Amino acid sequence: MTAKTLIRIEGLTKRFGDFVAVDDVSLEIGEGEFFALLGPSGCGKTTLLRMLAGLEMPSEGRILIDGADMSRVPPNKRPVNMVFQSYAVFPHMSVKDNVAYGLKVDGVPAKQREARVYDALALVKLEDFAERKPDQLSGGQRQRVALARALVKRPKVLLLDEPLSALDAKLREAMRFELAQIQDKVGVTFVMVTHDQDEALAMAGRCALMQKGVLQQVATPSDLYEYPNNRFVADFIGSINLFEGRLAVDEPDHAVIQCPALDTPIYVDHGVTGASGATVWAGIRPEKIDMVPRHGEARPDRDGASAGHNLAAGQIRNSAYLGSETVYEVALAGGTIVKVLRSNTRRYEERGFDDGDAVWLSWHARSPVVLLS
Amino acid sequence: MTLRTRSREAKGPLDYARNWPLRIWIALVLVFLYAPLACLVAFSFNESRRNIVWTGFTFDWYGTVFGDDELITAFVNSLTIAALSTLASVVLGALVAVALWRFRFPFKPVFDGLVALPIVVPEICMGVSMLVFFSRVVPWPTDLPWPLDLGAIVIAHISFSFPFVAVIVRARLASFNRELEEAAKDLGAGEFRAFIDVLVPHMRPALIAGALLAFTLSLDDFVITFFTSGPDTVTFPVKVYSMVRFSVTPEVNAASTLLMAVTVVLTLIGLKMQGKDVAKMGNG
Amino acid sequence: MQDWRDAKGPFAAIFGAPALWLLAFFLIPLAIVWAYSFGRPTGLTDIAITGTFANYVRTADPVYLGIFAKSIWFAAITTLLCLVVGFPIALVITFASERGKALLLLAIMLPFWTNLLIRTYALMAMLRTEGYVNTSLGWLGIGPLPLLHNNFAVTLGLVYVNLPFLVLPLYSALDRLDKSLLEASLDLGAGHLRTIREIVIPLALPGILSGLLITFIPALGSYLTPDLLGGPDSQMIANVIERQFKRANDWPFGAALSFILMYLTFICIAGQGLLARRREKAGAV
Repeated sequence: MTAKTLIRIEGLTKRFGDFVAVDDVSLEIGEGEFFALLGPSGCGKTTLLRMLAGLEMPSEGRILIDGADMSRVPPNKRPVNMVFQSYAVFPHMSVKDNVAYGLKVDGVPAKQREARVYDALALVKLEDFAERKPDQLSGGQRQRVALARALVKRPKVLLLDEPLSALDAKLREAMRFELAQIQDKVGVTFVMVTHDQDEALAMAGRCALMQKGVLQQVATPSDLYEYPNNRFVADFIGSINLFEGRLAVDEPDHAVIQCPALDTPIYVDHGVTGASGATVWAGIRPEKIDMVPRHGEARPDRDGASAGHNLAAGQIRNSAYLGSETVYEVALAGGTIVKVLRSNTRRYEERGFDDGDAVWLSWHARSPVVLLS
Repeated sequence: MTLRTRSREAKGPLDYARNWPLRIWIALVLVFLYAPLACLVAFSFNESRRNIVWTGFTFDWYGTVFGDDELITAFVNSLTIAALSTLASVVLGALVAVALWRFRFPFKPVFDGLVALPIVVPEICMGVSMLVFFSRVVPWPTDLPWPLDLGAIVIAHISFSFPFVAVIVRARLASFNRELEEAAKDLGAGEFRAFIDVLVPHMRPALIAGALLAFTLSLDDFVITFFTSGPDTVTFPVKVYSMVRFSVTPEVNAASTLLMAVTVVLTLIGLKMQGKDVAKMGNG
Repeated sequence: MQDWRDAKGPFAAIFGAPALWLLAFFLIPLAIVWAYSFGRPTGLTDIAITGTFANYVRTADPVYLGIFAKSIWFAAITTLLCLVVGFPIALVITFASERGKALLLLAIMLPFWTNLLIRTYALMAMLRTEGYVNTSLGWLGIGPLPLLHNNFAVTLGLVYVNLPFLVLPLYSALDRLDKSLLEASLDLGAGHLRTIREIVIPLALPGILSGLLITFIPALGSYLTPDLLGGPDSQMIANVIERQFKRANDWPFGAALSFILMYLTFICIAGQGLLARRREKAGAV
C-alpha cells in the first residue's frame, strides 16, 4: 500500500442481539484503492459495508475516514456514497432526477447541477436516457444510474454492495472491466462487497477475506491465491488439495512434511517456522501437480521424485472436460482423492488420459503452501 | 444477508421505532385510545353512583346487570345473532371467493363489484333499506318463538358480513398453488375430494379470520340493527343505546365491560388459532 | 380458471346461494329504497311511486345543502387529523422489530374490535360537564369546559373511532416500500423529513390515498358519533336520514337523501379509481 490511508477501521464490532455479525475487524484502505470485501454469504461483509455507509451503527470500534471519526455520523452527513445491491433507483423519478437528487439535497445551484449530472451520465454512457423512467431501463442500465447517482456527489469513498450479482453472466464480465475503467478515470476509492472470488480477484487491487465476522486475510489477489494464511483462505480462493501432516524437518532453507495420505514426504524449499512435530497442512493447487502415466514400479525422473519425495502413485477415477482444461480426480493408494488440472493446450493431446489409467503425480518443491492453521 | 434484527445498543438511521419523539407520540396516541376505555372499566367497579370520583370497590353493578332481565335477554340475543350470522357468512363468503377464483362467467366484473357493495355502502343506507324491506315487502312475523323472531336481524347481518369474509378468503386463495390440486387429482382424488382435501385446508386460516371478523361485525353493529329490529327484538347495542342516550351510569359501564371482555377474549382466541396475522388481515 | 359452461353443476352449487342471497337481501331492498326516492307519501304508511323528482329537488334546500357540506367537512377534517396522527404510528410500526410490530398492531386494533357504541359511550363519560376531564381540570381551577354536545366532540369522536381505519392501510403501504430506497436517499445526503417528503410519500401515495378513502367514507356516513356526541348544530346526513324514516315519517325524502349519500360515496370511490389508473398510465409506480 503506497497511497496514504483514507479509511481506518479500528476494532469494529457489530452485534445483532446475540449474533456477532462483525467481530473486532481492523483494516486500512488507501486513497484511490479498489478494495474488495470477499467472503461467503453471512460472513459480515455487507454489515461492514453498511457501517461504512452509516446505515448500521457499530456496537464497538471506530471508523475514520480521512482522519475524521465517522462512527456515529448519520449516513446523510458522510463523504461516502453507495451503489445498492438492488440499485435502489427511485422509481418515481427520471434518470436525470435520480442523478440530480443528491446534488439537489446539497443545495448545488441548478446550472452547476445540470452540468455535473450530464458529466456523470456521460461517464456511465447514459446521456441518451436522461429523461427515461427506471422501469424503461434494463438491469444493467439501472445499475449505471445508481453508479452515476453516487459518483456525481464526488464522494471520498464509493461503496458497492454486490454490484454485479443481479446481472447476467455476459454483462457481468463486461461490467467488470468497465467498473475498473471508471474507477481509474474518477480516482475515487472503491470498496466493493462480493461473494464471487473471480470478481474480487479480477477487479480489486486488494481483497479482504472474511468468515463469520472475522477478517481472515488482507492481501493482493495473487498473494491471496499463492500465499493464503490458513486453510479457509486456501480453500475459499480457487480449489486446492490439502494434506494433513507432521512437520518432520524444519530448516531455514527447506522443510519436510510427513503426510499419512502420501507415499513419500512433501519437501518444500523454504523454512516453515513451526514447532517441530506440529500438525500442519500442505496445500497444492491442482494446476501445480504434474501427471505422467505409470508403468510398473519404475519411478519417473521428475521434480524431487528421484530424491524420494513429492511423488504419489494413483489411478484416475474421474475426469471432467471443461474446454480449456480438464480436471482429473486421482485416487491415491490410501483412498485420498487428489484433483489435478491439465490445460488442453493442443486440440489433440498426444497422450490423453482415460479413467482407470495408472499415473504418477509429482510437484515442484516450490509449489506446496504450508499452512499452520 | 441484509440483517434487519435490531440491536439493543446501536441505533441505525431507520430505527424509527427507537426514536424518542416518535415513541412519545405513540404513547400519547395509545393513551388517547385507551384512557376512555380504561376509565369505563375502572368505574364499573366504583361504589359511587355518580361515576366520577372513586369511592370504593364493588361488584354491585355487575349484580344489577345480571339482575336486569332485559339486558340479559339483549345480550343473549346479540350472541345468538352473531353466532348464526357468522356461520352463514363464512359459508356464503367462502362460496363467493371460490366462485370468483375458480370460474370464468359472463358479467363477472359486475358480480365482483356487486359483492363488494355492502362493504362500501354507508351503514345508514343499508339500515333504511332493511327497514323498508322487512316492514313493507316481507314483513317479518312478530310473534315467532325465539330465536326465529331474530330472523330479520340475522338476515341483515349476514348481508353485510359475508362480503368481508369473501374478501379475506379471496386474498388467501390467490396464494394457492394450483399444482397441489392437480397433484391430488393425479393421485386419484375426484373433483369434490380434491376440494375438501386440498383447497379447504388451504383456506382455513382465512375462514377463521373471516369468522372472527363476521362475529365482531355482528356484535358491533348498531345502526343496521336499530332499523331492522322490532320493538320486541332488542340486541345489546340497541339496549345500551337506549340507556346511554341521556345518562352515564355504572350499570352501563358494567355491561360494556362484559361485552368488551367477550370481544377481547374472542380476539385473543382468534390470534392464537391462526398465528399473528389476524390483526393484519383485519378489516377493509 | 375454468369456464362456467364446462362445469355447470359445480358452478351452480358454488355460485347459486351467494348470488341469490345478494339479490334478495341486499339488491332488492336497495332497489326499493331507490324506487321510493321517486315517490311521495299518500298516507301514514302508503307510498305512491310517481316518478317525481320532488324529493331530490328538496335536498337542494339550503338547510340540507348545509348539512351535506357540514358532513363532508366533518369527514374531511377527521380524515386529515387521522392522517396526521396516524402517519408517525404507521412509520414506527413499519420499522419496528417483528415483536414490536405485532404488539403495536394489536394495540392499535384492539379498540377497533371493541363495540363502537361502547367506545362512543366511553368518550361521553370523559367529556361531559361532570366527566373525568372536566373534573380533573376543576382540581386545577379550570373549567368546566363545554366538551360534549358540540362540533369539537363530534370531530374528536370521529378521529377516535376511525384512527385504526387509517393506520392499517398506511402501515401496509409503507411496509411494501423497498427499504433500500430510503437508505439510498439518506446515503445521498437527504435528511429524514426530506426522505419522507420526496421518497416515502410519492411512492406510498396510492396506498395513502386508498387509506384516506376508507377513512373518509365511513366518517361521511357516521350516525352514532354525531348522534351521541353532537349538539343540535352538529347533525350529519345520517342523522337527518334517520329522522325522515323514524320520526318525520317521510320515507321518500329519506330515500332520496340516502341515495345522495350513496352517490357521494360512489363518486369518491370512482375518483380514487380514476386517479389510480391515471398514475398507472403515467408510468408512476
